[in-house]
Amino acid sequence: MEFLVASAVGVLTAAGVYLLLRAHTFPVVLGLTLLSYATNIYLFATGRLAVNAPPLIDEHLARYSDPLPQALVLTAIVISFGMTALLVVMALRSWSVSGDDHVDDGEPASATAREDRP
Amino acid sequence: MSLPLIVLLPFLGAPLAALMSRAGRNACAATAFAFSLAAFALLLSHLPEVAQGEAIDAAWTWLPSLGLDLEFRLDGLGFLFALLILGIGLLIIVYARFYLSECDPMGSFMAYLLAFQGAMLGIVLADNVLLLLVFWELTSLSSFLLIGYWKHLPEGRQGARMALTVTAAGGLAMIAGMLILGDIAESYRLSDILQQGEAIRSSPQYLLALLLILAGCFTKSAQFPFHFWLPHAMAAPTPVSAYLHSATMVKAGVFLLARLWPVLAGTEAWFYLVATTGLVTMLAGALIALFKDDLKAVLAYSTVSHLGLVTMLLGFGTPMAALAAVFHILNHASFKAALFMTAGIVGHEAGTRDIQRLGGLAQAMPIAATLTVLAGASMAGVPPLNGFLSKEMMLQEAMLADWAGNGWLVAVLATLAACLSVAYSFRFVIHVFFGRPRTSLAHQPHDPPAGLWLPPAVLVVLVVAIGLMPAALAGTLVAAAASAVTGGELPAHRLALWHGVNPALGLSALALLSGLVLLKAYRSARASWAAGPHPQAKAMFDAVIDYVVDLARTITQGLHNGSLQRQLAFAVGAVLVLGFATFLTTPYAPGERATLAAEPVAVVGWLLLLAACAAVLALHRNRLLALVIVGVIGLIVSLGFAYLSAPDLALTQIAVEVVTVILLLLALGHLPRHTPREGGWPRRLRDAGFAVAAGLGTGGAVWAMMTRDFETLSGYYLEQSVPGGGGANVVNVILVDFRGFDTFGEITVLGIAALAIHALLDRSAAVGRGALPGVPPAGDAPDSLMMAVAMRIMLALSIVVGVFVFLRGHNAPGGGFVAGLVVAIALALQYMAYGMRWADTHLRIDYHTPIGWGVAVAAATGLGAWLAGHPFLTSTVWHLDVPVVGEVHIASAMFFDTGVFLVVVGATLLALTSLARLRSGGARQAEGAGVAPREEA
Repeated sequence: MEFLVASAVGVLTAAGVYLLLRAHTFPVVLGLTLLSYATNIYLFATGRLAVNAPPLIDEHLARYSDPLPQALVLTAIVISFGMTALLVVMALRSWSVSGDDHVDDGEPASATAREDRP
Repeated sequence: MSLPLIVLLPFLGAPLAALMSRAGRNACAATAFAFSLAAFALLLSHLPEVAQGEAIDAAWTWLPSLGLDLEFRLDGLGFLFALLILGIGLLIIVYARFYLSECDPMGSFMAYLLAFQGAMLGIVLADNVLLLLVFWELTSLSSFLLIGYWKHLPEGRQGARMALTVTAAGGLAMIAGMLILGDIAESYRLSDILQQGEAIRSSPQYLLALLLILAGCFTKSAQFPFHFWLPHAMAAPTPVSAYLHSATMVKAGVFLLARLWPVLAGTEAWFYLVATTGLVTMLAGALIALFKDDLKAVLAYSTVSHLGLVTMLLGFGTPMAALAAVFHILNHASFKAALFMTAGIVGHEAGTRDIQRLGGLAQAMPIAATLTVLAGASMAGVPPLNGFLSKEMMLQEAMLADWAGNGWLVAVLATLAACLSVAYSFRFVIHVFFGRPRTSLAHQPHDPPAGLWLPPAVLVVLVVAIGLMPAALAGTLVAAAASAVTGGELPAHRLALWHGVNPALGLSALALLSGLVLLKAYRSARASWAAGPHPQAKAMFDAVIDYVVDLARTITQGLHNGSLQRQLAFAVGAVLVLGFATFLTTPYAPGERATLAAEPVAVVGWLLLLAACAAVLALHRNRLLALVIVGVIGLIVSLGFAYLSAPDLALTQIAVEVVTVILLLLALGHLPRHTPREGGWPRRLRDAGFAVAAGLGTGGAVWAMMTRDFETLSGYYLEQSVPGGGGANVVNVILVDFRGFDTFGEITVLGIAALAIHALLDRSAAVGRGALPGVPPAGDAPDSLMMAVAMRIMLALSIVVGVFVFLRGHNAPGGGFVAGLVVAIALALQYMAYGMRWADTHLRIDYHTPIGWGVAVAAATGLGAWLAGHPFLTSTVWHLDVPVVGEVHIASAMFFDTGVFLVVVGATLLALTSLARLRSGGARQAEGAGVAPREEA
C-alpha cells in the first residue's frame, strides 16, 4: 500500500511539474492542481497509512488514524481551490488584455516562441 | 517611570506638533517646545543622583525570549548627552520657529525634529543593545526626513539619500557587531556587557565585533573615509544642521565609542584603528575646511575634524584622554551649534553664505558678530574660552601617545591640525565680519530678530562661562560622564583655565601663532591647494552606487527576466539540486516500518490514477479533455482518502473537485480550447527530465517517510476531543477548536482570494483591450425546463443535506467546509439551470456579505472567549435540556464553524458568479484570431 501511495505521489508530481513548465496558462493551472494533489497526499502520508480507522471517537474502535495531518490537508484542499481559482482568473484576465495566453507576455523571441506558431 | 518618559515625551509630542499645524506656526513650535521642556525638566530632576555617580535603572520585559527588553539606564554619560540633546533641542526649536519661512510647513518640521530627538534620547538612555539598535536606526530615518526637509531642492534629496545610505550601511554592520558582543557576554543588557570587558577582549571574535561596531560608529560620526556624507547633508535647513551635525546625530557614533569604551578599549587594535582614524579625520577635516567658501561647508568639515579629535582621544584608551574627550564633546556642541546658528543668521540676513562675497558685516550686524567672534575663538582654541581648555587637554594627551614607536608623531600632527583649525576659525570670523564691507549683497544686512540671536547667545554665554569657571560649571558633570565611560576609575584631575607653563601650553601657543600666519598667507596657500588633486567623494559615491545598481540589475535580469517559465524552471531546478545534493551526501538506510498489504481495489485505483496521469500528459493540449481527466484524478484521490480512513478529506476533496471543475469549465468558455504545440524537443526533454527527477525525489521521500516510525502530537487531540472539544470528529474539532486560529487565518485568505477574483473580473475596472465580455443575454425562461424543475428540487434537497452535514460535522464526517461547498454547489446549479440573469433577479444575494459576516462571526466567537477571561478562540460546551429532544450539547466551536461555512459559501459563489457573468461566446470567435472579445451587450 505504501508503495502505491508513494508512486502515486511521484507520478502526480512529475505530471504536475511537466505541465507547470508549459508555456500556456491553462496547462500551468492544471499542473498546479496536480501538484496540489501530490502535496496534499504527501502531507496526509506524514500521519502514515491506516485502513478502517477514521479519527471519529468511538468506543468500538481500538485505533485511529492520525487526525492532525488530516486537518492540515483539509484546509490545504480549500486553499488550493482558492489559489487555483485566482490563478485561472488571472490567466483569463491576461488573455483578455493581451489576446495571448502565453505565460510570458513579452518574452523575447526564443526557440519556444518561434515554435509556438504552427 | 520618569526615565522612559524622557524618551517617550518627544515621540508623544511629534504627532501633536504635526496636528497643530492648523493652529499656526507658533502653536507647532510651542507644542514641540513644551514637550522638550517637560523631558528636559524630568532629566534635570535626576541631576542629584547622577552627580553622585549613581545610575538610575528602569526596565520592562518586552521580548524576553529574544533578550530584547525595554531597559533604560541613566548614568553620567547618558545624562551629559541627554542634556545636550534636550538643551540644544530647545534652543533649536526657538531658532527654527524664526528661521523657517512661512511657506515651510512648520508642523512636519517640528514632528520630524521631535521624532529625531526621541530617537537620540533612546540611544543614549537605552540599556539594551538591541533596543539601542532600534533607536539607532530611527535616528537614521528621522534624520533622513530632516535633511531632505526642503523637498524641492535636489541637493537636499541627494544629501539625505547619501546620509541615509552611508549611516544605514554602517548601522547594518553594527547590528552584526552588537549581536556578536551580546553573544560573547551572553546578554544583550548593556550594563551586563560592560562588566565583561576581559571576556570580550580575549574572545577570538573580538576583532570582528570591533570592526563591525567601528563601521557603525565611524559612518555615523563621519570619520574618514566615511566623512563625505556630512558636507552633503548641509543642504538641510540650518536649524537641522545646527542640531544634527553639531550636537546630536554625528555625536551618536562618538557616544557609542565612549559607551563601549570599557569593553573594547585598551587593546592595540583599538588604539591603531580608532586613534589613527581620529587623527587622520581631524587633520583632513581641518585642511579641507580651510579652503571651503560656504560658511556651512566650513563648519561641516570643521565638525568632521573635531569629531576626529574626540575619536582620537577615545582611541588613546587612557582614562585621562577619555575625560578630555567627554569635555570636548560638551564644548564642541556648545560652540559649534552656536556657530551654525550664526552662519544661518548671516545667510538669512545677508542673502549669501559665500565667504568670498562677504566682509565687514560687524558694523551692520554687531550682535551676530560678537557671538561669532566668541564662538569662533573657542573653536580656534583661544583662551579663556572652553574650546581652549579641551584642546589643550587633547595636546597634552597627544604628547603621551606613542604611535608604533614614534612618540612625537601624534603630537606633531595634532598640533598641525590645531594650527589649521585656528586658521579656518579666524577666516570664518575675520573674512566675514571684518575687513572691507561689500556692496554687492542683495540687500542691506542687519541684525536678526531676537528669536534668531538669543539661542546662539545662550550657548555663547556657556562657552565663556565654562571657559572661565570650568570646575564649578562643568566639573561634576564631566567627571560623572567620564567615570561612566571608564567604568569608575578616574585619575586625579582638575579642570582649570591655567595649568601653569607646560609643553601643552607651548604647543597651543604655537598652533595659534602658526594658524594666524597661515591665514595671513591665505592667498598663496589657496593657490597651492587649488593646484593639488581633489578627489570628489560624491562622484566616487555615485559611481559605486551606480555600479552596485547595475550589478544588481544584471543578476536579477539573469535570474528572472520576467519570464514565468524561466523563473519556474529555476525554482524547480534549485529544489532538485538542493534535495538530491542532500540525499546523495548523507547516508541512507531503508526504513523498517511494516507496510500495509495492497488490496486489489487499491491496485485498481492506482492503475487508474497512473493511466489518468499519462492521459493528461498526452492530451493536455486538448484543454477540455485534460480538465475532465484532472477531474477524474481528483475523484480517485478522494476515493483514496476515503479508503485510507480520512472521510472528512474525501468529502472535502470531492466537493472541491466539483467546484473546481465548474470553475475551470467556466474559464475555459473564455479561453482558447486548445493549447498550441509548443517548445522544441530540447525544451520538452529538459522539462521531462525535471519532471521525472521531481517525481522520483518526491515519491522516494514519501516512501522513505512512510516506511519509518514516527511520533505524533495527535495523542493529545484524540484524548481531548470529546472531553475538551465536545466533538467526536477529531479532525473537525482540531479545525474549529484546537487549531482554530489556523482556520481563522485560512478562511480570511479564502475570502480575500474571492474578493481578488471579483475585482479582477469587475467589468467597470476593465479598460482598453482588456474590456471583458458582458452578461449573456439569456431570456427570462430557463434553457431547459426539465433541468430547471429538477434543480429547484435539488436546491431544497441540497440545502437540507448541507445543514445536515454541517450539524453532524462535530461528531461525524462533515463540518463547515464541506457544508459550505455543498450549499455553494446547489446554488451554482441554479445559475446553470436558469441562466445568470434569471438567477441574479431571483436569488438576489450579494456574495460579499456572507464572506464578511463569516469572518466576523468567527472572530466574534474567538473574542467571546476573552470575555470569559480565556485566550482567543477558547471554546466551551453547553449542555442544554431541550424538551422532547433531550439533552443537547452545543459547543461554541459550532458558531466558529458557522463562520467557516459562510465564508466558504460566499467565496465559492463569488468566484463562480464573477466568472459566469462574463459573456460567453465571444471568446470562441476570438480563438485563432488572437484578439480579445470586445463585443458589448
